[in-house]
Amino acid sequence: MSTLLASSTHAAEIIDNTVEEPGTRAPLVLNLTTFAEVTTTVCRVAEARRAPKAWYIAFALSLAVLGFLGFCVSYLIFTGVGVWGLNNPVMWAFDITNFVFWVGIGHAGTLISAILFLFRQKWRTGINRFAEAMTIFAVICAGLFPGIHVGRVWFAYWLFPIPNQMDMWPQFRSPLLWDVFAVSTYFTVSLVFWYTGMVPDLATLRDRAKGKLQQFAYGLFALGWRGSNRHWHRYERAYLILAALSTPLVLSVHSVVSFDFATSQLPGWHTTIFPPYFVAGAIFSGFAMVLTLAVPARELFGLKDLITLRHLDNMNKVILATGCMVGYAYSMEFFVAWYSGAAFEKFAFVNRAFGQYWWAYWIMVSCNVITPQLFWFKKMRTSIPMMFVLSIVVNVGMWFERFVIIVTSLANDFLPSSWDQFTPTWVDIGTMLGAFGLFFTLFLLFCRFLPMIAMAEVKAVMPAADPHSPEHAHDHSHGHAAQGRAH
Amino acid sequence: MSNISQATSTAHRPVYGLIAEFENTHDLMHAAEKVRDAGFIWWDCCTPFPVHGLDKAMGVKRTWLPFFVFGAGATGTAAAFVLQTFTNSFGFSAWALVKVTGYPYLISGKPMMSLPAFIPVMFELTVLFSALSCVGLMFLFNGLPRLYHPLLQNNRFRRATNDRFFVVIEARDPKFLRGSTEAFLRTLGASAVEAVED
Repeated sequence: MSTLLASSTHAAEIIDNTVEEPGTRAPLVLNLTTFAEVTTTVCRVAEARRAPKAWYIAFALSLAVLGFLGFCVSYLIFTGVGVWGLNNPVMWAFDITNFVFWVGIGHAGTLISAILFLFRQKWRTGINRFAEAMTIFAVICAGLFPGIHVGRVWFAYWLFPIPNQMDMWPQFRSPLLWDVFAVSTYFTVSLVFWYTGMVPDLATLRDRAKGKLQQFAYGLFALGWRGSNRHWHRYERAYLILAALSTPLVLSVHSVVSFDFATSQLPGWHTTIFPPYFVAGAIFSGFAMVLTLAVPARELFGLKDLITLRHLDNMNKVILATGCMVGYAYSMEFFVAWYSGAAFEKFAFVNRAFGQYWWAYWIMVSCNVITPQLFWFKKMRTSIPMMFVLSIVVNVGMWFERFVIIVTSLANDFLPSSWDQFTPTWVDIGTMLGAFGLFFTLFLLFCRFLPMIAMAEVKAVMPAADPHSPEHAHDHSHGHAAQGRAH
Repeated sequence: MSNISQATSTAHRPVYGLIAEFENTHDLMHAAEKVRDAGFIWWDCCTPFPVHGLDKAMGVKRTWLPFFVFGAGATGTAAAFVLQTFTNSFGFSAWALVKVTGYPYLISGKPMMSLPAFIPVMFELTVLFSALSCVGLMFLFNGLPRLYHPLLQNNRFRRATNDRFFVVIEARDPKFLRGSTEAFLRTLGASAVEAVED
């Protein structure tokens, strides 16, 4: 355990790599000058005989919450959806709120790994691996909810076009079916992207493994990767193509999720701004979740030299930008409701802010629009406690955003006689919290046994990786190329 | 500069090839250029990360992979179109492992062939087919998965996934001669040269 915490003490000098200096690239890796140091720093988490104590505590807690999720879901399946607080106008509530919340969180991983890759944002290398892992676990949590809210889960396979004796097919003109295809494609492609990126690092773990079991397991999943440049050539091509495919995919997934609402006739849902608004919100919440996980993980596993303050600062900038986009969307919805002149549309929005769920609306606005404005100040963006708290605030806010959109629109629709109020039951709340147990259990297992940082990618952006770097020309004998310093 | 390891001199098994270890990308790059120019065919560089410019130094030809991926993507688009029109637009019967019959859904009076509504699924399947074939074919073209490989048995080579850079010349290369190839590799500035058993 003490070795795990070593890197926080071996920091020889503190370099502030958040400073922008024209003409100099700020270093993305601090204090580690050789490739071997990067390998050791990342691998020792998976290689340590025992994880830090905090890991065991977190894992036990997550497992307990996951167990409670299992209980809530079983209770639901054996009893029926009546155990939730759904009623006649409010037929979607916590279930779909959770679904959209988790799918949204899943967007950050692919954004970091695909879009930032295409934009040549080299700082992505420090955070892409666990952001992608987070994506996959978030999509697993998301997939749970539509699965269990169909009521009779044993018919969930009806979602897919499987030939059956009834000659019954899904209805492909429905956005709900587009969603099935979008989310399952997204999950598959993200998984493949994550795994492909991990193969060279699994090979590193295989080559360092001491135990037979580790050698076998890492060896199996490393597929016999040996770093051949002829392989790297095709690998890099494939990675670029995957990034190019994932970029429109990630934008399409939350657009399709928003179609579930936007293509309906319900005031408050029937809006053309939904696709971009949902995508911005997804990235916003996803980055917040990456921060929520990155801040403790880099402390606990001694990864501060690889996930530097600059990485966190950059993520906070993305949160600020997308938070402003979301704020713009909130105000534009009101403008359009007024400008449309449609009485139901106007009512839906006034009711949202001042009706029975006013508190949910104002939690949403204060968490998503007002508090992220603190990130205009560099002091806030580079303060670890501040960003951790804000990332949780954003997560809360984004959960409420989906609740506000779904529940307020359904509860008060066209006919006042059919209005009702939604009150969650303990099963609703238990399932919502339980999903976090599933998420954190998977994430903690990932942290413990898989390379949390894309070692091969980090090494490739280090100054020592450049074959034309001036250090090599004078000094052929060893790989200790000096770090480029910010100042 | 260490010498060729002792193990190889007592080897009973045929030699897979020679590996030369380099400590940085700069030396590897120059070595790769010289091996390329010497006319070797069955040789490779093994590195912990993709080294920028090494493809050119090695003379690796651009892969055809993107064209295959395009084909797979187009197949996905077509498959999604056929799937949706067959199941939702017409009442035809066909055999696809079992007898399947389509059902002409009439939804909100929309046309039976409502292409705009079919676009999202066509897009998703295009991406799905492309991504899966991209990764699958990449590994296939690379000859992976291959869990046994002579190089993976070599202890020195373990650092190829960590911090060392290797040039590998295989014994099956027509120009390979144990003695002279080894001497040639030594002239390239390698920190170690070693034979690998097959």
